[in-house]
Amino acid sequence: MSTPRDERKPVTDEPVSLRVIGTRPPLYGAVDKVLGRAVFGADVSLPELLHGKVLRSPHAHARILSVDTRRAEGYPGVHAVVTARDLPEGAGEQFERDNTLAGDKVLYVGHPIAAIAAESPHIAEEALALIDVQYEVLPPVLDVRRAMQADAPLLHETLRTWSLAGQAASPSNVAEHLQHVKGDPEQGFAEADVIVERSFTTTMVHQGYIEPHASTALWHPDGSLTVWTCTQGAFPVREHLSSLLDLPMARIRVVPTEIGGGFGGKASSYVDVVAALLARKAGRPVKVVMGRDEVLKATGPTPGTFIRVRMGARRDGRIVAAEAELCYEAGAYPGSSVGSGADTIFACYDIPNARVDGYDVVVNKPKTSSYRAPGATPAVFAVEQVVDELAERLGIDPLDFRLLNCAREGTRRVSGQPYPRVGFAEVLQAAKAHPHYSAPLGGPNRGRGIAFGYWGNWAGQSCCTISVNADGTVSLLTGSVDVSGALTGIAMQAAEELGLELRQVQARVADTASIGYTDVSAGSRTTFGTGLAAIEAARDVIAQMRARAARLWGVPVETVSYDRVVFTTSVDPTKRLSFRELAAQLSATGGPVMGRGNVDGDVLRRGGAPGLHIADVELDPETGKVTVLRYTAVQDVGRAVHPGNVEGQIKGGVAQGIGWALYEGCFYGEDGQLLNPTLLDNKLPTAMDIPVVEPVIVEVPDPVHPYGVRGAGETPIVPVAGAIANALYRITGRRMERLPMTPAYVLERMGVI
Amino acid sequence: MDGKVRVQATINGQPVEFLCEPRQSLLECLRDILGLTGTKEGCSDGNCGACSVLLNGRLVNSCLVLGVEIDGGEVTTVEGLAGPDGLHPLQQAFIDHAALQCGYCTPGMLLAAKALLDRDPDPSEERIRQWLAGNLCRCTGYDRIVRAVQDAARRMRRDADVHAEG
Amino acid sequence: MKPFQYRAPTLLSEALSLLASAGQRARALAGGTDLLVQMRRGLISADLIVDVKKVFELNRLDFDPSDGLTIGAAVPLCRICESPEVARHYPGLVDALSIIGSVAVRSRATVGGNLCNAAPSADSIPALIVHGAICTVASREGTRQVPVARFCTGPGQTVLGPGELLVSVRVPPPRPRAGARYLRFTPRHEMDIAVVGVAAWLELSEGLTTIANARIALGAVAPTPLLAVEAGASLVGRTPSAAAFAEAAALAQRVAAPISDVRGTAAQRRHLVGILTRRALEGALQRARGAEPDGRQG
Repeated sequence: MSTPRDERKPVTDEPVSLRVIGTRPPLYGAVDKVLGRAVFGADVSLPELLHGKVLRSPHAHARILSVDTRRAEGYPGVHAVVTARDLPEGAGEQFERDNTLAGDKVLYVGHPIAAIAAESPHIAEEALALIDVQYEVLPPVLDVRRAMQADAPLLHETLRTWSLAGQAASPSNVAEHLQHVKGDPEQGFAEADVIVERSFTTTMVHQGYIEPHASTALWHPDGSLTVWTCTQGAFPVREHLSSLLDLPMARIRVVPTEIGGGFGGKASSYVDVVAALLARKAGRPVKVVMGRDEVLKATGPTPGTFIRVRMGARRDGRIVAAEAELCYEAGAYPGSSVGSGADTIFACYDIPNARVDGYDVVVNKPKTSSYRAPGATPAVFAVEQVVDELAERLGIDPLDFRLLNCAREGTRRVSGQPYPRVGFAEVLQAAKAHPHYSAPLGGPNRGRGIAFGYWGNWAGQSCCTISVNADGTVSLLTGSVDVSGALTGIAMQAAEELGLELRQVQARVADTASIGYTDVSAGSRTTFGTGLAAIEAARDVIAQMRARAARLWGVPVETVSYDRVVFTTSVDPTKRLSFRELAAQLSATGGPVMGRGNVDGDVLRRGGAPGLHIADVELDPETGKVTVLRYTAVQDVGRAVHPGNVEGQIKGGVAQGIGWALYEGCFYGEDGQLLNPTLLDNKLPTAMDIPVVEPVIVEVPDPVHPYGVRGAGETPIVPVAGAIANALYRITGRRMERLPMTPAYVLERMGVI
Repeated sequence: MDGKVRVQATINGQPVEFLCEPRQSLLECLRDILGLTGTKEGCSDGNCGACSVLLNGRLVNSCLVLGVEIDGGEVTTVEGLAGPDGLHPLQQAFIDHAALQCGYCTPGMLLAAKALLDRDPDPSEERIRQWLAGNLCRCTGYDRIVRAVQDAARRMRRDADVHAEG
Repeated sequence: MKPFQYRAPTLLSEALSLLASAGQRARALAGGTDLLVQMRRGLISADLIVDVKKVFELNRLDFDPSDGLTIGAAVPLCRICESPEVARHYPGLVDALSIIGSVAVRSRATVGGNLCNAAPSADSIPALIVHGAICTVASREGTRQVPVARFCTGPGQTVLGPGELLVSVRVPPPRPRAGARYLRFTPRHEMDIAVVGVAAWLELSEGLTTIANARIALGAVAPTPLLAVEAGASLVGRTPSAAAFAEAAALAQRVAAPISDVRGTAAQRRHLVGILTRRALEGALQRARGAEPDGRQG
């Protein structure tokens, strides 16, 4: 049986002698998941459980004049009704409070106003209709550029633009204006022989996780609280609860359940505080499960954007200047991903002169949240088409053009940092050598496009403990929620470091009471950053065990070493103990051994993962329908701890990117209603819409990680829309300036309608 | 009377009896009354397939069936796939081929795949994709799921041949 | 959902009594794939659900060479698509029924439900229209026949009065030298509601040289599925040709009254009517000639 294309060995230039890292063991939790036994957010059940539902604003922008809950409170089967008044006075930040349960204004359709706990979800839902709310409806602002205008309706009277010049004097919908400047852009453009400028608009897109948010809260007689929730980060949820409930962190235990997809969207907390408030008032545990329409209307998608890009190059092919303006919708409260969009927009290139302006703008839509490489996809959709256009005008092959201009070690980014060793050129070369790049298209109305993207990985704070069992197995605990197979990847790094087989390592995700603070599983940090913690914990274990061997043998500990097979001492070559043999002697030599690793990976210089994607698409020129025929994603992952995981991340990220490119978006009516709050009309790709995605792993080890690991899980979504747009250009001769590239839009661009 | 109806059915081969309100979906009854939480809720309007089960041998979205409608019927959920000898070939194949990541769509996907293989023991890739189009997956990009189904089909055909000979 | 009572009568007379007594407060339940969704959204409310899946007359699926095909209103689409007779005699119908929703939806959804839900974009209805299908409606007062082409009166509205129940749909027997095709346009490759749907039915003359009869019906471009009368009539007596089909397509476009919504723009829909009408006619022609059309869906 021939090896399937995507299971070839990764491309690497270094010989490796690793035993666990680089293998493909089955993932922790997989058996429970196929059995249906894995416990996800809504699967939690407790005695005397009540069910909570949230009342949400039907208006995109309105003042709340009054909220009367009396009729709902009296409804049979209702045990508690809460509003913002039930939040402790002064607890938390104003925007945080307001987005949990609205204060005096609602700022988007779906904005939570009140919640009910009742005997059944049906009763809770019926009782919602009995809450009387009086509104003064205000005009909504729904377009990012409209919101930036001086005469636009204001969402927040207190919001003033922050910029390099400090805080502005008068209120605005622009929360922040950031700017990066490198070199002298005006001079650079003056030197350019070719200049291309284009503007692009992209819609908000939802992460589309199949599992809605769900949270179950239980108060204990001593006034402490336990919350089970499907989240990407139990500790930030604990912080959020502590802040808004005015409760000390140690009194709160957040237990992360299995999570049915997050992609950044479950790094935000929506119903945890509400569940806790209801449970406290009702005196019984309460479970709140969001419906799909609530998820689509009221949880944070990724921002819609307006992006203008201008780039200039010389005839010899060198890009000499670049400029970008990024206006990102933050939703109802400040904090879009414009910062990371601004960071990634030119990240792949060595550009001597550049300026990037980013604007974080509030609009009457739900507060945006992260979505896999937040901010990057629209930015790369824009830049990669402009780069393609420059290459075409200069008559240079698009891959060669990128090779000529790509960033390398030492290149200083527009946002300031110089790159450490990163495989930009290696990825481009691997793509160029790949048979896909030169394969025939095989039919009419077909085109091939490429796009180059980068996403930096964050390391964050992680904790990990490893306890040695007397039989030589170890129990590993981490605070990192298991997404994307990361738990297995973390355990594999520990196993490698300890010289054990993976099956000797039992790994579990701990709750907030059982381990130290650990940041969200997001930002491509988990296998990388918590891997660092696991390695540190493993090294701690080894150090302790070396001391035990020293005691057993009566030799100085400096003479004891461990080569991941046996402990030996230079004093006496006949003395050897395997890990298992030494483990059996721990009680006799001083008691249990427990290693810990608590790291802040961000003290290390940050790396990232570049990716070059090649997309073949076919267009039906009469209908505008696009089919993706073939897709290759080449990516530097540093070192693939579990190549199957990395490939899975690449396949999944590309699938999401295809949805983003062609089908998906949150479309709003003039009154701010979400027009497509269902999975019928928020069109996630089906099995018929995604071709086999071939991942090509390139390994340029990250120098700061002991095994060279890079955070790799987000980059795969970044270049997809750009690659498909560039392919459509080849077929239609038109640049695509909008996302999604729906059939109607494609026909419009072609002048057919 | 509180308006509840008595329902008798066979679920995963076991006779079951429960009381439910007519407005409670089969999905709710499975999860909240019978404690079978393997079947998942994704959308409650038939657009994601996470709640897929077999009803009288047919693949259905349990969010679009009322509990009262299964009276006298037979239901298979993910909890009914594994046998006394271990995992169902589909379950094993999903693990072997890494056909799941978060695992939330997996119960529905397994039932959908089973419904297909019950009818067509040797489906083409195209047929598998068409059949599974009603089951959304946001994590895997689908091709490993397709491969797992093909592999399970192969194993099941082989086991059937062995049985026939023996 | 609001609470409701549930009954599952086995006799048609019982079902009709229940519906008559509760009037507007009762709804018939077949597959539930539309009804339950709309009840959950609060768009439809009912005190009584009458499950008609046990009533014999609504569960018939009979083919007879002289009567044609009788489809009980509660027969799930999967049963219809799996019937060898339907596949053999009415492939144009299978085109439409086999793409509604997903496999799981088709296990439950019914032609009766598709008709009574009366969505402008319903896939089965244009196909039934061009086949000349006729609905049998029953009430305690008796039964009446309504051509499918007249069954829907507006989005979500039908000719059914209080206490009336759609019992079955009869599709006339297939005619020799006739073929039909249904195509729809959706952005994804499965699972979507039609942006535009077009059904075409052609009957050729004895020499197979000219078109003896033609019907074209459009979906999702008007408040109800629409028989494009002039477009079909324009083909009668003509030799099948690209020019004839183009003219019919243009006439179909003229009668379409599409709106812009989140699923598509009016301009896009009007354009697609032209494209799909042409393609559906080509497919119908191939079937009329005894061949299978190419697989392209639209």
